Amino acid sequence: MELRKPPPVRRLEPGATVTPRQAPAPVVQLRPDDTAPAASAASFVNAGRASRAAAPTIERMQVEELSVAYAQRQAVRSVSLPIRQGEVLALIGPSGCGKTTLLRSLNRLTELTKSATLSGRVTLDGIDIAGLEPTDLRRRVTMVFQQPNPFPMSIFENIAYVLREQAKRKPRRSSLRPAVEQALAHAGLLEEVKDNLDHPALRLSGGQQQRLCIARALAAGPEVLLLDEPCSALDPQSTKVIEDLIVKLREEVAVVIVTHNLQQAYRIADYVAFMYLGELIEYGSTQALFTRPRQPRTQEYVSGAFG
Amino acid sequence: MSATAPGPGRTSPGGSSASWRLTDRAGLALAWFFGLLFCAICGAIVIFLAVKGISDLRPDLIWTNPGAGPTGETGGFLDPLIGTLVVGGIGIGIAGPVGVWTAVWLSEYGRPAPLARVVESTIEMLAGAPSVVLALFGILLFESKVLGFLSATNGGIVFGKSFFAAGAMLSLIALPIVVTTVREGLQAIPNHVREASYALGKTRITTIRRVLLPAARPSLITGNMLAFGHMIGDTAIIVFLLGDTQILQGVGGVPGLNILRGTGSTLTSYIFDNAPTGDLNQPQKAYAAAFVLILIVLALNVLVDVFGRRSREARWS
Repeated sequence: MELRKPPPVRRLEPGATVTPRQAPAPVVQLRPDDTAPAASAASFVNAGRASRAAAPTIERMQVEELSVAYAQRQAVRSVSLPIRQGEVLALIGPSGCGKTTLLRSLNRLTELTKSATLSGRVTLDGIDIAGLEPTDLRRRVTMVFQQPNPFPMSIFENIAYVLREQAKRKPRRSSLRPAVEQALAHAGLLEEVKDNLDHPALRLSGGQQQRLCIARALAAGPEVLLLDEPCSALDPQSTKVIEDLIVKLREEVAVVIVTHNLQQAYRIADYVAFMYLGELIEYGSTQALFTRPRQPRTQEYVSGAFG
Repeated sequence: MSATAPGPGRTSPGGSSASWRLTDRAGLALAWFFGLLFCAICGAIVIFLAVKGISDLRPDLIWTNPGAGPTGETGGFLDPLIGTLVVGGIGIGIAGPVGVWTAVWLSEYGRPAPLARVVESTIEMLAGAPSVVLALFGILLFESKVLGFLSATNGGIVFGKSFFAAGAMLSLIALPIVVTTVREGLQAIPNHVREASYALGKTRITTIRRVLLPAARPSLITGNMLAFGHMIGDTAIIVFLLGDTQILQGVGGVPGLNILRGTGSTLTSYIFDNAPTGDLNQPQKAYAAAFVLILIVLALNVLVDVFGRRSREARWS
């Protein structure tokens, strides 16, 4: 019996140019009147995005020429962006493109990584965040993580932990109750948990846990809410609930969301920043970026050619 | 090329091993053999002690003092039982807090790094040190004049034998167990949980006190109970540093403190003395005491198991 020959291995010579197997079709043909979304745009473009009235916007943060490096590896290269209240900003891009690093540098979480070095400037309401106390900054710019991570205490205590000063046990429950319930109502969780606020938070479902984490982040009364792929560990139903919540929240806080999910970015974001290899390739309104990308890289990414 | 397609040979774990290769079948048989062998050895010890112990265990043994002095013919082991709990309590009282904070420092700070490495290897060394060696060192330490207030003194000579001395040296046995268990518990907490707390404007120390230590509570309890079990099973330190007097002999007038400064015995030293090879040679009492001791240790292990299982219930992914 003769063994079949394995297919030849494709090796990349240094300097060789890789051509995608299928050259991506141009996302749209530019039309003279671009009032309607183009027909040939990415398939999700026409679905699922409710037309929304633009909210009045206030500029909260300004990222100026920000670069972040881990030891020798440059993770973010000279990125400049505005972050405004009243809109949702989505950071998209392939894995390892620096979106999460950019997000983490907005509340100085990058400082927890010893090898990280930072240059450039980030301002919050016009003040350089490097000059702020990290604990103050992080109460004004709070963050929700990819994995739901409620603390190992009751639902009530998870919120109360944020409201109390550092490790203090006071003020007591009764005086915190209204604030806790308000935060839970804010995240749309109160109705489901109001009868068992003393249950351990880790017994909640994944989607409820993530909404608790959002409630926790809102309890600090932030000006900016950072979300690092908040739905990637959740089922579609919970994702929908959280997406609706995010859209609602943009009225009160500036929302920045990192997502791998282009449909999600399309559904909830008002502005989208596309990053690739640490650089900000394109920044623009969601409609413009998905239907009329200016950069070829963006066009390839949003049409699904790579990433 | 389907990943789920069952290949020939090893299929489902519940299936027959008839189609396995010979070496695999031999491996399985060996695993079963040794597994059952260890169960049998363990069971034999417990059954032996139970049979011997229960037939000799009379309730009055637990209520009564042993006879005073090495010629004590009558009595039970009330004082050794109390001694066991006291000495274990002192040991945990020292090793618990010190061990937990050492573990927190190693896991959460780890700086200065060279010092952390030295502490790590010291703890490993401590875990491997025979208790006789620790006991010998303890004698030198507690006979020094500076520590004389911890035990009886007579004309400027420090005896160096007391519950304080024994408990302090036993805590060195407990320390590595507490540190290792708590550190593992802390390291099992995913990093994003710490960051979630920092991202709400909480400091590192607040995060440790309010989030990390509560999250590691099962391992805290486990570590302390395991350590307690180890300490009450030690003999060398007790014989060297507790004076090995059958009854509690207080020193000084302050109630409570006099016992801690005084000498006594524990179940292990009671067994040691009453064993057929010991000074007192009353094997029935040794068996009875051994049975009680092993019951305490077994109960601790069952509790450890219960807490360990509960800790696995709700965790982050």
